Amino acid sequence: MSSALVNVPPRARRGEVIEIKTLISHPMETGYRRNQLGARIPRDIIRLFVCTYNGTEVFRAELHPAIAANPFLVFSTVATESGTIAFQWTGDNGLSATESAAIVVD
Amino acid sequence: MDRETSRRAFLRAAATGLGLGAVITVAPAHATPEAMEDAIRKIVGSSRVSKGRVKLELPPLSENGNTVPLTVSVESPMTPADHVRAIHVFTELNPQPEVVSFRFGPRAGQARVSTRIRLATTQTVTAVGELSDGSFWSASAAVVVTLAACLEDA
Repeated sequence: MSSALVNVPPRARRGEVIEIKTLISHPMETGYRRNQLGARIPRDIIRLFVCTYNGTEVFRAELHPAIAANPFLVFSTVATESGTIAFQWTGDNGLSATESAAIVVD
Repeated sequence: MDRETSRRAFLRAAATGLGLGAVITVAPAHATPEAMEDAIRKIVGSSRVSKGRVKLELPPLSENGNTVPLTVSVESPMTPADHVRAIHVFTELNPQPEVVSFRFGPRAGQARVSTRIRLATTQTVTAVGELSDGSFWSASAAVVVTLAACLEDA
């Protein structure tokens, strides 16, 4: 249904601030548009994005309909230890998507 | 026969459209600068919002309001004692004033985020930064939009 792409540097030095990019395919239907018959198209958006680093939350974004289709986010975190950076998107109509990436810190 | 039904369908659709049009004139289809003020007030409470510290980067002219690149950042050491807790983005004239809220902790390293937003029309975008000492800072940017976002059919 939704497919996500994440870009995390595979290696980093300890304490380095790394940049993470995420993109997920999703229409982000605003709920303000109408179809040809004038009926309102129901809202279908991603409401929440959470990034966790070895289980600890490092960044979160609460999205509203004003976010463009296929939400794209670039943010940072500190490379503290080797492990997994996990991403979760949740939204309308029971949407829940997850993705993760491994990072080696030395 | 076929022509007749399509005419009927068209008239019905037109009538529905008219009815909805009447509803729109009662309730405006977009927010107002006052609605944005209210939305900001809801986040900051009674605290004072000062200008500065927040850097909001948006193109001054956007050809497509459906996807406008936005970068927002706040200079901060991002230590447990002194970091940016959140950045909230608002618009004046979109259907609703809230755009996005980013939440950080010291683990974020730096308070800088990029994304793409929708703008319904030419308007001012405001970002409000919330610091760990409880202070609020803001920055605004005006964007001219030549193709408006998302209120028509795709």
